[in-house]
Order: sequence, then structure tokens, then C-alpha cells
Amino acid sequence: MNAQTDPAQTFREEAADLLAQLEEALLGLEQAPGDHELIDTAFRALHTIKGSGAMFGFAAAAGFTHHLENAFEKVRHGDLAPTSDLIGVALEAKDHIRALIETPDEIDAGRGESLLARVAELVASAAPQAPRVPSPGKADPASGPATWRIRFRLAQDALVRGTNPLLLLDELRTLGNCTLVALTEGVPEMEDIDPTGCYLAWDVILTTEQSKATIEDVFIFVIDDAELTIEQVPAGTDKLGEILVNRGDVAAEVIETAASNQPRLGTLLVKDGTVSEDRLRSALAEQTHLREVEGAKAAAAPPPAAGSIRVPAERLDDLMDQVGELVIAEARLKQLVATSHDPQVKAIAEEIERLANGLRDTTMGIRMVPIGSLFGRFRRLVRDLSKELGKEVALTMAGEETELDKTVIERLNDPLVHIIRNSLDHGVEDTVARIRAGKPPQGQVHLSAVHSGAQVLITIRDDGKGLDRAGIRAKAEEQGLIPAGTDLNDNELFQLIFHPGFSTAKQVTSLSGRGVGMDVVKRAITALRGTVNVTSTPGRGTEITLALPLTLAIIDGLLVRVGNGRYVIPLSAVEECVQLPIADDLRHTGRNFLNIRGELVPFLRLRDSFRSTLAADPYQKVVVVSTGERRIGLVVDQVIGDHQTVIKSLSKLHADADSFSGATILGDGTVALILDVGHLVAASHAQELRRQAS
Amino acid sequence: MAKTILSVDDSASMRQMVKLTLSGAGYDVVEAEDGRAALAKAQGLGVNMVLTDLNMPNMDGLSLIRELRKLSAYKGVPIIFLTTESDAAKKGEAKAAGATAWIVKPFQQEQLLNVVKKVLGS
Repeated sequence: MNAQTDPAQTFREEAADLLAQLEEALLGLEQAPGDHELIDTAFRALHTIKGSGAMFGFAAAAGFTHHLENAFEKVRHGDLAPTSDLIGVALEAKDHIRALIETPDEIDAGRGESLLARVAELVASAAPQAPRVPSPGKADPASGPATWRIRFRLAQDALVRGTNPLLLLDELRTLGNCTLVALTEGVPEMEDIDPTGCYLAWDVILTTEQSKATIEDVFIFVIDDAELTIEQVPAGTDKLGEILVNRGDVAAEVIETAASNQPRLGTLLVKDGTVSEDRLRSALAEQTHLREVEGAKAAAAPPPAAGSIRVPAERLDDLMDQVGELVIAEARLKQLVATSHDPQVKAIAEEIERLANGLRDTTMGIRMVPIGSLFGRFRRLVRDLSKELGKEVALTMAGEETELDKTVIERLNDPLVHIIRNSLDHGVEDTVARIRAGKPPQGQVHLSAVHSGAQVLITIRDDGKGLDRAGIRAKAEEQGLIPAGTDLNDNELFQLIFHPGFSTAKQVTSLSGRGVGMDVVKRAITALRGTVNVTSTPGRGTEITLALPLTLAIIDGLLVRVGNGRYVIPLSAVEECVQLPIADDLRHTGRNFLNIRGELVPFLRLRDSFRSTLAADPYQKVVVVSTGERRIGLVVDQVIGDHQTVIKSLSKLHADADSFSGATILGDGTVALILDVGHLVAASHAQELRRQAS
Repeated sequence: MAKTILSVDDSASMRQMVKLTLSGAGYDVVEAEDGRAALAKAQGLGVNMVLTDLNMPNMDGLSLIRELRKLSAYKGVPIIFLTTESDAAKKGEAKAAGATAWIVKPFQQEQLLNVVKKVLGS
């Protein structure tokens, strides 16, 4: 085809005109955002490019334009304001469309995606406007999806006359969940076959919210000479017998007779010749389809009349307190009952235990909110930062539905902002550097949250250049954080970035690099009784994982005895319990080190720390605890067992007792202090360093 | 005598494609670039079928149909939509306005030809 008769060429010229119109309209809109004529022009240009582009083989351009067109449809309906942001994106998108049409071979797919992501973001941010009234003319919304059985057989000469059954089937498929069965029973013997004839018939089981008329519409051009029946499948049928009878393939009496001859109804009916194999196959497909649809419905059905009420946070705190008291009282009751022999009292105590535990779990559940609400705030952050830094960065998320105590979520905001800023500022390279490194020009930052036991793991991963090991070491040595030439593993090295005042950025930017940031992160996470772990691969990126307790109110702890006092060590920090070898025990002078499977672990005698005067247990136990980067042993008199602990904060008077993070009341009414493992580890490390120095 | 088809679309490439397809099959094709132009042409012409886009400047496809159906000469003329819209509500609206059929873009040339042949009965 020459240029005169090739519609694709005409389309290219036409598209160039339309894009020019689009640009003009967009620039005009920037001056006069309310001009409907300009909005219409922009929308129509996009619409035509989409429609005609798809016709003449510009599928990529059409697909891309489609999304932009949707956005402008919203603008047209007043659901989205033509802000300068939107116009900015649209102008860039316009250039991209032109490139898609004119130089489709030089297209970078990431660019289109990032543009669409920005459009989607703008659309999403404008979404919560007046509730949309469901558009009239649609199928009755109250009716919900129905399942239809569509059986059709085309006229034998249908193919010759240009009907393409595939198009019909494809269109049906767009209407809803669809199961297709082709019936071959109409195919004649070989010698009778007309190669151009259409002998197949189809049974389609379709679950859709559309009306019967919509389904009939699909067949509008074949209806005159096709056999077509469309019937609704009654809800609640899923027995093969019922289906066959309902389809009119078998009379009800036959089913009854056959069913009495167990075992497999279908096989029997086919063997009898009552039902053809095709019909049975189709009926079975319908059965499967119905079961799937029912299953999906059951899974998706929202709990009836689920509403929510807003409650002041203090009331929840009060409730939590009281539940805490209840749990403690229950523990005391349990202890008391253990010595009782009255089965009735025992039964009641067990009942109360069950109820108290249930109440505790429910109360904790009330405080849980999905972390998605927090993650959502970072979209804007990443967008603004990437603009400011001139880097292209896409933020992806997973596990937004993960639930976490509201207090924890609130206190996570700042640390996460710091980490994301650092990722964008120091981690992700600019486009030029990325291309040179053979990476996609657009950087990725991925946020995810996942439950892991009683903890939630929040991971922030970027695909940037990774942490600069040599830089960190040099900086740490320069600042005297570590003696020169210290042998450090990756984990120890990376933990240095959390040291106050530490920053390797050569230049101070407006975002990070002032030396505040990562130490704030560490402190905030530690205050939440969480840990920070860093892994990094040079050139591939950095991954920071925050492990946080599900709630701040209750912890699983290990109850130990030191002298006559009892203490709780958070179970999340405990690695193992071993007995202190007598030889190590006796070595009271010098450095306290324990050899655990070939690794030297320093230990701290809590008896000394707490100045216990009571005679020591002859067999001292060591509880090995870790805070991510360091392990130490805590030497105690007795390990009593695990203990679920409701945390009570210490009074203001004891606020400076920083070896303890709180207190709890034990079953017998006495108080046990909760050890602040992080602080103990740090203190012992400091002590060790002093000893080394002297 | 060859049958006349009025092709209405604001996209020149679409009109060209329709014309190529249909004139190749022996139909006379008359083009109009929007609803208003189509209405003007339709009034002076005997047209056997109208193929129209939905979204057009000046007068859109729906208004065009409504106007055409008011003319006594166009009461029984088949009017087919060629559009990217596949929304059921829009289809219903078009049907109510008097559209005969609906072809969703993108489509194959043969598909268009088949529909036209079928509707015109030749």
C-alpha cells in the first residue's frame, strides 16, 4: 500500500495533528483550568488516538493513551481537577505517545509505566469526592451476579457467511466469569463433512451482573439463523442430577432410577445412552463453575452490616489496662486453684482463663490497624523526593493489610521517613549512573510488611548502589567509633550507620546527610522494642528490616530469679539458656567470657548488677540474649519459665532506672521488673571497651 | 445500483479504512467528519446505511442518531456504531436512540464487511 491508501500512514499524520491539538489544549488549560472546551478537545484527541491507534496496529500507543483518556474523562466529569501536576504529566505523556507512534523501536517501557503510575497517583489522590451515584441503565444493582446457561449452535453455513464464533465467545468472556464447553456431537461422519461447515455447538456457563438483554446483544448478528437459548441457572443447584434435569437433558424420573443404582450417576447415564458424553461433560463443567462461583461468593461476601464506630483512644487504653488487670488476677486465681482439689472451682477457673484470654485477644485486636494507612503516606514522599533529587524512583508496596498496634504504627512514621529518604538520597543512583551500571533507569523502593510470629517484619528495599563498606569503615575510624583495622563482619559494620553523628554523605543535601537520621531510626525502633537489621549488596541495593512487636501492651517473657527478686526478659531477645560451667563461674576476676560452641560470648552477672546479697544458687544459669548485632549472657540464679506479661510502665520516680523497661505483676501478686535487654547489652559493651582501654 | 453508506468519524484514518473496506466490496461511501456534517449530508442524500463514531466534536454520535431518526427518510435506515466504548450503559443509550448495532473498535476489516453485508442483506 502506498501512502495514499495506507490507513496506518494516515493515522500517523492524523495523530501528529491530534497531539499538537492536545498540547495546545493542555497549555491553554494551565491558564484557564475551567475551560470545558479545552478539556473536551484534550479528551477527544486522546480518545481518537486510542480508538484509531488500536485499529491500525499501534496497540502500545492505544493502550497507554487509554489510561490517560480515563483520567481526562474524570476531568471532563469534574471528578478530577486539571492541576498543573496533571497537566505536567499529561504533557510528558503526550511526548511518550508521539514516541510510541513514531519511533516504537526506541521506546523504554519503564518510562510509560512511571508516567502511568503518576497519572494513577493523581487520579487516586482526587478520588474521595462526592460518592458516585451508580450510573443508571446498568443492570439492576440489587440483583447481583446471576449465572446463565447459554447454549448456541450456529447455522451450518455461518462460517462461510463470515461469522466468527471466536469473536462471540470472546465477547461473552468480557461479560463475566465464563466456562465454555464445545459440543462435538453434531459432527457428522468423515465422508459427510463439509470442510467449510460449522458443526460445533457451544454451552457457555456465564456468571455476570449484566442483564439477559446484554447477553442477547452479543448474538445480535447471528440470532436469526442460530439456535440460541439463554436461561438463568437457579441459585443453589449444584447436584449433577439437578443440573441435568434443569437443562432438560434428562427427565427427572430417569435420574431417580439411575441414582438408586449408585455409584456414579454420570457414568451410568452415559453407559445407558440416556445422555451423550458431550452433554455430560458440559453439565459437569456447569457444576464445577457453579461451585467455583459459590465458593468465590462465600469468600468475598462482606460480613453482614459490618460497620465501624469511632472511640476515643483513652477509652481503649483504659480497656486495655483493665484487661491487663484481669489477666493478672486470673493468673493469681490459677495459681491458687493449682493447690486446690475442688473440681468445681477448677472448672470455673479454667472457664475464666479461657474468657480472659479471649477478652485479651479481642481487646488487642481493637487496637490493630492495617499498616497500609502508614505506607500510603510515603507515595507522596517518594514522588516529591524523586522530583527534588532529579531521580526516577517508583515505590511499590506489599502486605499493606498487615495489622499492627496503632501506637506502634504512629511511632513508625518518622523512622520510615528517614529510611526512605536515605534510600532515595544515598541508595538509588541518578538515571545516568543507573544506565551506566546496566540497571533500569527507574529506581525501585519496595516497602513490605509481614507477620512473623509475635512480630511484624517491615522491610524497606531499594535497588540502588548498596552501602559503601569502605566509606563506612573509614568514617567510623575517623570518628573514633572503632579502632583502625578492627575486624568487623557486615552486620557489625552496617550497624555503625546507626551511631549518633554518623554520616558518610560527602555533601549535605536538603534531605539527609546532616548526620541526623539513622541513629534516630535506631532509637525509635529500640523504644518500640524492635530491632533493625541491614543487608546490602554492592551495586544491587540495600535492605533494611525492622522487626517490631505486634503490640506494646503485652510481651512474651522469660521469668527468671536473681537473688530474691524476679525479673522478666523479653522472649524475643532470648536465644538460648545454658548452665554456667563451674570453671567459668569461679573465675571472678578478669573478663567474663563464655565459650558457646566455639564463639566467645561476654556475660554479665545480674547478681552483681543488682547487688543481691542472698546466697547464690550453686548452679548458675546463663540466658543468652541478642539485640541483633551483639550477644551477651545474663547470669541468673534460676530460670522459672515463660510468662506472658502485661506491661506496666514504671512511675516517674523510677524513670531513670534505665536497665528496666517496665514492670509486671505476677500471679502471686508480687512485682517483677522487665529487663531492658538493649540497655544491658550496651552497658556491658561499654564496660568491656573501658576494660580494654585501661 | 450500488448502495450508499455514510461513514461518520472525526478520525481521518478510520474513515479511510472504512472507505477502503467498503468501496472495495462495491459500496458507495460518503464521508463526514462529525455529526453536524453528517446530518447536513444525510438530508440531501439517499443513504442505505450509516456507520458512525460515538465521540465526535460538534455533534456526537448519539445526537446524530436522534436527529436522523426524526427525518422520515431515515426511520428505517440501519445505523451502526463503530466505537471504542463497550460500556453496557452506553450501548443501552444507543439502542434507545435507535441504533441498529454496535461494533467495538478495534475490529477486523472482514468483520465490518460481514456486518454491513448482513445488515444490508446482500
